[in-house]
Amino acid sequence: MIENNEVNSENRSYLQEDGGRKGIFRWILSTDHKRIALLYMYAMMCWFLVGVTLGLLMKLELIAPGKTLIGAQAYNATFTVHGVIMIFLIVIPGLPAVFGNFLLPLMIGAKDVAFPRLNLFSWYIYVLGSILVILSLFGNGVPDTGWTFYAPYSFRTTTNMLPAALGAFVLGFASILTGLNFIVTIHRMRAPGMTWFKMPLFPWTLYGTAWIQLLATPIVGITLLMVAGERLLGIGFFDPAKGGDPLLYQHLFWIYSHPAVYIMILPAMGAISEIIPTFTRKTIFGYKAIVLSTLAIAFVGYFVWGHHMFTSGMSGTALFAFSFLTFLVAIPSAIKVFNWIATMHQGSIITEIPFLWAASFIFVFMIGGLTGLVLGSLATNVHVHNTAFVVAHFHFIVFGGTGFAFFGAMHYWFPKIYGRMYDKSWARTGWIIFFIGFVTLYGPMFYLGIKGMPRRYFDYLEEFHGPNIISSLGALVLVTGFLIILINLVKSARHGEKAPSNPWDGTGLEWSVPSPPPLENFEEIPVVDKATYKFD
Amino acid sequence: MADSNHHIVPYRTYVLILLLLLTLTSISVAVTQVQLTKWATPVALLIATVKSSFVLAVFMHLKFDHAVYKRMAILIFLLLVVVIIITFLDYAFR
Amino acid sequence: MAAITVTHEEHRDDIASKLGMWLFIFTELLLFGGLFIVYSVFRHGNLEAFNLAAQHLDVKVGTINTFILLISSMTIAMSTTAIQKKDKRTTLILIAITVALAIAFLVNKYFEWGHKFHDGLYPGSDVLVELGRGDTLFFGLYFFMTGLHALHIIIGMTFLIVIFFRVRKERITHDNFQLLENGGLYWHLVDIIWIFLFPLFYLITL
Repeated sequence: MIENNEVNSENRSYLQEDGGRKGIFRWILSTDHKRIALLYMYAMMCWFLVGVTLGLLMKLELIAPGKTLIGAQAYNATFTVHGVIMIFLIVIPGLPAVFGNFLLPLMIGAKDVAFPRLNLFSWYIYVLGSILVILSLFGNGVPDTGWTFYAPYSFRTTTNMLPAALGAFVLGFASILTGLNFIVTIHRMRAPGMTWFKMPLFPWTLYGTAWIQLLATPIVGITLLMVAGERLLGIGFFDPAKGGDPLLYQHLFWIYSHPAVYIMILPAMGAISEIIPTFTRKTIFGYKAIVLSTLAIAFVGYFVWGHHMFTSGMSGTALFAFSFLTFLVAIPSAIKVFNWIATMHQGSIITEIPFLWAASFIFVFMIGGLTGLVLGSLATNVHVHNTAFVVAHFHFIVFGGTGFAFFGAMHYWFPKIYGRMYDKSWARTGWIIFFIGFVTLYGPMFYLGIKGMPRRYFDYLEEFHGPNIISSLGALVLVTGFLIILINLVKSARHGEKAPSNPWDGTGLEWSVPSPPPLENFEEIPVVDKATYKFD
Repeated sequence: MADSNHHIVPYRTYVLILLLLLTLTSISVAVTQVQLTKWATPVALLIATVKSSFVLAVFMHLKFDHAVYKRMAILIFLLLVVVIIITFLDYAFR
Repeated sequence: MAAITVTHEEHRDDIASKLGMWLFIFTELLLFGGLFIVYSVFRHGNLEAFNLAAQHLDVKVGTINTFILLISSMTIAMSTTAIQKKDKRTTLILIAITVALAIAFLVNKYFEWGHKFHDGLYPGSDVLVELGRGDTLFFGLYFFMTGLHALHIIIGMTFLIVIFFRVRKERITHDNFQLLENGGLYWHLVDIIWIFLFPLFYLITL
C-alpha cells in the first residue's frame, strides 16, 4: 500500500526548478517532459477556444433555416477551420502530448523520455504548424474545402489552402517525433522489473498509438505535399483532366486519417483503464486482453480506411472488403468496454470526479461506436453518408471519447501535476452540465441525419428546424459546462488545497512520488516487483 | 540487448556485397533487352527487393543485430505491401 | 531532507539512439511508400503510356547514378569498420568519398533534369499535354519522386558532413560512434529508395 506523503516544502517540485532561467524561458527552453506537457496543454487550450468559437458560430447559424449569421461561403470556411483545428491541433496531439508527456516517464519509473531535446523540438514544431493553420484564417479566402481537403476542389479553390496544408504537414512532424520518442522510451527506459506485461495500460496505449503516429502520418504528409504540387506545379495526380484520379486522393488521405482516429482514441481508452481500477478498488479485468486488443486495433485499423469512401465510386470488391474489415476492428474495441464493465462489477465504486467522466465516457463511446456500425454497413451507409448522422457519430466518439477521457484524465492526474486539488463540487456541476449539453447538442443530429439533413450545409429544410434548435441550445449548455470546468481547474491550479502524493490511493508509480513531482521524478529509480493494479 | 557495436564487419565483406549489387544492377538493365511484357514489372521489383535485402542485411547490419530490428523492418515492408494490395481491391476491380 | 540536486548524469544509450534512427527510417520508407502507391495505381491504369514514357529517360545515366549510390553505400558502411579499427584517417577518407559520390549523383541529376526541361518535359508543360495523360502522370511522378529523393540526398549529405567534422574533432571515436552508424543508416535508406526508383522509371520499357 503506498503511503500518503505530505508535500515537504523543502523538496523542490519541477514547477519550482528554473534551470537558471527567468520568466518564460523557464518554460520554452525547458527539456523537462513535465513542463513540455503543460506547454502543449496551454497551447492546445488557446487553439481549442478558437475551435469552440467556430463551432458555436456554426450552431448559431444553424439555429434557424436560411442565413442567420453567415452565408454559405463563410459557413464552409468555418467548418473547415473548425475541423482542421480540432483534429490536427487538438485531438491528434491530444492525450499523448499532454498526459503522455507528463506521465509516461513517471508511470514506467524513468526520469524523462528517451530524447528530451527532441521532445522540446517537437513542441516548437507543433507551435509552428499551429500558427500556420491559424494564419490561414487571415487574408483573402479562408480555406473552404472541409478539413478533408478533397481533390480536385482543394487545388482549384482560390482560398488559403497552402498555409493550412503546410501547417498540417508540419504538425505531422511533431506527431511523428513524439511517437518516435515514446517508442524508444518504452523500449529502453522501463524501470528494472517492469516487464512488458507489468507495464500499466496507459503506457501500453501510448505505445500502440506511437506506432500509428510513426507509420501512418507520413502518408498524409506526402499526400499534402502532392496537393501542394497540384496547386503550385499542376502535377496532375488528382486532376481528372490530366489523367489523375481524385479518388486516389481520398484513398491516400484516409489511409492516414483512419488510423488517426485510433491515435485519438487509444490513449483515451488507456486513461479510462487507469481511472476505473482506482475508483472500483479492483484490478482491471482482463489486463492481457486489453493489451492485445489495443495492439489489434492499432494493426487492423490500418486496413479499414475505405469505409469513409463507400459512396465515392470504389469497386464492389473494395466495398465489401472494407465493410468486412471495419466490422472486424469493432471487435477489439468492444472487448475493452466489457473489460471496464467487468472491472466495475462487484467492485467498491467511488463516484469521484474522474470516475464520473469514465462512466459517462463509456456511455458516449458506446453510442459513437454502435453508430459506427451503422456507417460501416454498406446498405445503411448509403442512406446516412454525408448527413448530420456522420457528424453526430464522430462527435460522440471523438469529442465524447477522447474529450471525456481528456477531462477524466485531467481530473485524475491534476493533483499530481499541480500538487493541488480542485473544488469537487464545482467539478461535479461542470461535469453534469457538460454531459447534458453534450448529449443535447449531438443527439438530435442522429435523427436529423436519418431524416436526410446533409452535413456541411449552412441551410436546411424547414422540417429540420425543431431538432436544430434543441441542438444549438445544447451547444450553449455544453459551453457553459466547459467554462465551469475550465475556471475551476485554472483557479485550483493556483489556489486549490495542497494535494498529497496519492490522493486517490492509486497503484501506479506516478503516485509514489510527491505532488507535484520533483524535476527528475524519482530520487532513485524504483525496482518493480509486483503486478499492476494490485489493490488490497 | 546485443547490438552491432561489438561486431566488426570486414572491409572485404562490404566489397563483395557491392560487387553482388553491381552485378544484380547490370542484370536488371540487361533484362530490359528481353521482351518480358507483363513480367517486366514483377521481375524488376524482384531484383530491386533482392538488392535492398542485401543493403539491409549487410550494409545496415540487420543480419548482425538483435532480431527486433529485422522483425520491425519486415513488418514495415509488409504493411506497405498490404496497403497497396487493399488499394488495388478498388483499382483492379473497377 | 536535503534538496534534490539538479544534475542530469551523462547517460549514453547507444541502443536508444540506434532504435530512434531506425524508427525515423521507417517513417521515410512510408513517406516514399505513399508515392509508390500512387505510382502503382497509375502504372496499372496506363501500362503502355508508362512503358513508352520510360524510353525518354537515359538508362546510361540512370545506371551510372545507381552505381554511384551503391558504391557510396559501401564506402559509408566501411567507415564504421574503420572507426572500430581506430583508423581515423580511413574513416574520414571514406566519409569524404561518400559525400563526393553524392555530389556526383546530384550533378548527374541536374543535367538530366535540365535535359528534360529543355525537351519541354516538366509539370504543366504543353509538350506533356500533347503527349497525353499517361506521359503527364509518368513525368509528374518522375519529377516528384526523384526530386524528393534528391532532397533526401542533400539531407543525408549534410548529416554526413557534420559527422565528418565530429570524427575529425574526435567527438566520434572507436567507442562512441553511434552517430556515424546512424548517418550510415540514413544513407543506406537513400540508396534503397533509389534501388526501387531506378527500375520503376528507367527500366520498364517493353
